[in-house]
Amino acid sequence: MKLTQLEQELQRARQQGIFISSSGEQSQSMSGNGALAFDVEYGRWLEDHNRRINELKGAVSNHAGDGELRIIVDSVVAHYEDIFRIKADAAKADVFHVLSGMWKTPAERCFLWLGGFRSSEILKLLITQLEPLTEQQLLAIGNLQQSSQQAEDALSQGMEALQQSLAETIAGSLGSSNSSGNVANYMGQMAMAMGKLGTLEGFIRQADNLRQQTLQQMHRILTTRQSARALIAINDYSSRLRALSSLWLARPRE
Amino acid sequence: MDRVTDLASKKAAVIFTKSSCCMCHSIKALFYELGASPAIHEVDQDPDMEWALRRLGCNPAIPAVFIGGKYVGSARDVISLHVDGSLKQKLIEARAIWF
Repeated sequence: MKLTQLEQELQRARQQGIFISSSGEQSQSMSGNGALAFDVEYGRWLEDHNRRINELKGAVSNHAGDGELRIIVDSVVAHYEDIFRIKADAAKADVFHVLSGMWKTPAERCFLWLGGFRSSEILKLLITQLEPLTEQQLLAIGNLQQSSQQAEDALSQGMEALQQSLAETIAGSLGSSNSSGNVANYMGQMAMAMGKLGTLEGFIRQADNLRQQTLQQMHRILTTRQSARALIAINDYSSRLRALSSLWLARPRE
Repeated sequence: MDRVTDLASKKAAVIFTKSSCCMCHSIKALFYELGASPAIHEVDQDPDMEWALRRLGCNPAIPAVFIGGKYVGSARDVISLHVDGSLKQKLIEARAIWF
């Protein structure tokens, strides 16, 4: 019962948020609430993205020429830049919200890595969906997949080091009570821990940078028509995950 | 500034880091994964070195990655270069790796 009430309040707040932002006024509920603001912006971006992909699908099924396809493909790729910019702002305002993936649906969250998708997984998907590829393209996509995997692993290792370091700092702040020296120790360790938390934003930024670079490199390797199919395949896959999430949330429970 | 250039030219791959910097850890991990054995210089106790890196235009100053004596960039640049294949190319040309 409580969960439904919370959901209703969140829904009301979201509607209020949308109303207020469209009237161009700042409000108590929007300012200082980076998470909500981001959720709204992401929702809008996704709608826009889906619209562009539908346009692309229409062009492909109507046998549009390369010229026309290229214009739409370029606009989709450029539009991806928008979400990375929005995420960068969101990570500044509330890094833990972006990291949590709560702005994505549950099934998408299964695959969450550093606040978003894994480029290496997308490329694995595309290799199966994009046949036939020339030998040169297969090699290039293979290399791209390997590079993105290596970069992902490197960033993951940095995150592990951060976690380790943070744990050691917090543990170091523990100590026997009844000592005035321990207050200074506590303050010092907490300040250090704050500093470490601050570096999380940098990791999300680099993860998004990796996603962006990989998308652009993929675009360079593929022909216009292949890029179109790739973007459609990525969107179909994500839509399928979102549909799965809806099914999951609506499943009958004992 | 000279100390930086001097150190940067001593090995094919050179990275200036700080022990507290976890992003540096990521970049080091990437280089090790590629089979490069970069010279690592920690500048925690060396504010002059960090200042010198900034003066050279390294922004952010840490991590600062040099290949073949030339400044290649920080974390963002290294990742971007790796994605388009240039990083490996530079490492091969500088003989830090062979394939």
